[in-house]
Amino acid sequence: MTAPLLEIESLRTYFYTDAGVARAVDGVSLRVDAGETVGVVGESGCGKSVTALSILRLILPPGRIEAGSAIRFEDKNLLEMTEREVQRVRGNRISMVFQEPMTALNPVFTVGDQIAEVARIHAGMSKRDAAAKAVEMLKLVGIPAPEQRANEYPHQLSGGMRQRVVIAMALVMNPALVIADEPTTALDVTIQAQILELLADLTRRLGTSVLLITHDLGVVAEHCTRVIVMYAGEVVEETITTGLFSAAHHPYTEGLLGAMPRIGRHAERLATIPGTVPPPTAWPVGCRFRDRCQYAWDRCEREHPPLYQIDVAHVSRCHLAEEPERRAHPHPPLAAERGASAA
Amino acid sequence: MRRYLARRLLQAAGVVLFVTTLSFALIHLAPGDPIAAALSGSRVSETVRNQWRAEFGLDRPIAEQYVKWVANAARGRLGYSFSRRQPVSDVLRDALPRTLVLALPALLLSFALGITVGVLQAERPRSARDRWLGRVLLALYSVPDFWLALVALLLFSYRVRLFPPGGLTDPVLYDYMSPREQLVDRLRHLVLPVITLTLLTAASVARYQRGALLSVLPSAWMRTALAKGVSWRSAVRRHALRNALLPVITLFGLSLPAFAAGTVFIEKVFSWPGMGLVTVNAIAARDYHLVTAGVLVMSVMVVIATVLTDLAVAAADPRVRLS
Repeated sequence: MTAPLLEIESLRTYFYTDAGVARAVDGVSLRVDAGETVGVVGESGCGKSVTALSILRLILPPGRIEAGSAIRFEDKNLLEMTEREVQRVRGNRISMVFQEPMTALNPVFTVGDQIAEVARIHAGMSKRDAAAKAVEMLKLVGIPAPEQRANEYPHQLSGGMRQRVVIAMALVMNPALVIADEPTTALDVTIQAQILELLADLTRRLGTSVLLITHDLGVVAEHCTRVIVMYAGEVVEETITTGLFSAAHHPYTEGLLGAMPRIGRHAERLATIPGTVPPPTAWPVGCRFRDRCQYAWDRCEREHPPLYQIDVAHVSRCHLAEEPERRAHPHPPLAAERGASAA
Repeated sequence: MRRYLARRLLQAAGVVLFVTTLSFALIHLAPGDPIAAALSGSRVSETVRNQWRAEFGLDRPIAEQYVKWVANAARGRLGYSFSRRQPVSDVLRDALPRTLVLALPALLLSFALGITVGVLQAERPRSARDRWLGRVLLALYSVPDFWLALVALLLFSYRVRLFPPGGLTDPVLYDYMSPREQLVDRLRHLVLPVITLTLLTAASVARYQRGALLSVLPSAWMRTALAKGVSWRSAVRRHALRNALLPVITLFGLSLPAFAAGTVFIEKVFSWPGMGLVTVNAIAARDYHLVTAGVLVMSVMVVIATVLTDLAVAAADPRVRLS
């Protein structure tokens, strides 16, 4: 087996706020192989985006990546590099596609300039060559009349167009890895599918690996080979995508699947997971999901579950792995009872 | 664009008319008149004074005087300065260039310096560099202008005789100098007032620039720039600064007319007979025509500066459309 393209090992990214230390990412390990598309799912506040930003070391104070973390990319630890060395990786070997195409582009530069900047920094291209490259990239992402569009400003483009520009910018240097952080959340539903299809198509053709961060399991099903479920700053389940839908193990993943609308299955109301993600300044001891879990028992309160091996390439952070018989006795979770008594 | 300019011109005419009317009314309503001010303490009889008032038309109703003044001003005749005993246009022709030669370099230098310092601070917020520059700026910002001017005089003209203590040129030797020496002499007289004015203004510009930069640094497009591999330094200097210049351009537009109006205290300390001193003296002397003409010049400056600011903002921010 060859070494993975990206390997994150016990990544911990903490934010030192006035409200206390927010352990946004708390011991995350994951890997992405060459040419693979890996999905990362979870609710807001579970640490997906912070993980993504940590990979490129874009965490700003008061945030900090703690000692003991390792992010190995192409056999080098990104966390041991100098700032200058990391700059040579950003936008070149690893690039990012952000969530908000409305604000991710600088309003006072033309989109052509913003794409060309990548070529100028990393390939040392002349102004003219870089401008030509920008037009070529705009054509690649399917923007009509790219020569004219290159001279327009972000506010002159629609949301979908802007996201195409962001994707063009990410692919200029033909990177080994693209991190896409909820790339379609801010777009119209009809545009979402187009953008994802474009991203999938281009990365497949270029052999680029993708770390696709999303809260949409439908997107995962369609585009990812493997999926990592995050909750409260940790990986709680990791498996191949087909396995996730047929044999999800962690109660949180079960909850996410239950909350997913499906065609052909009639439901009066979509199921929801009761309660919310606890604040990252105060993760509960024991299992972090237990208050929202319909199987939780006393062991979950005492003992923080490790990642149990469920199957080949399938791990889950739930004590049910050792006491599977308890799955037969669900009960209303604590958070639901609290909610009911509060109402 | 053409519609914008047409509308602006119309607005400008309105503003200028309103402001001059107001100042005309105010200076006429103030107690005393040019004759009384010019002859204060002398024993000229009231009969003679009234005769003079009639001669200058000062006995006519304000409205009539005003209509006359507007009619004359429209033809470029700005009236007569009682206190200086020369046409108002001659007074302005001397004073305005003197003010501009002091104000324009100071304005440009202060914005260059202020923007630079603001960038240096915002690049590393709360660093030692930011804090020390912040302290110096706060001191400059709080110091009265005449005090700083006096200290500059004391240090660099009196203690160390580097620069002349004031005036436009050397009072004795100027006429005997070669053209080249005359130029040097004029520049040497400019140094202290320009530096004083520059430091004072740069302090507020820098505070403004730092604030504007800090407010755009958390923008999502800054993160995009960093993710592209742009260094923090050039992300701040290229990406953030272009966005953070907009409020500073507006500040520049606001400062332009204020500078053209003259800076009374600096002019006073450095014996620099510019617009500020001329206007203040004219008000004290109830020099009706000179005051109104001074206000006219300033209101025209305001109008010009506003149009220039709009154009500059439109050039810097592609989202702004002039219409």
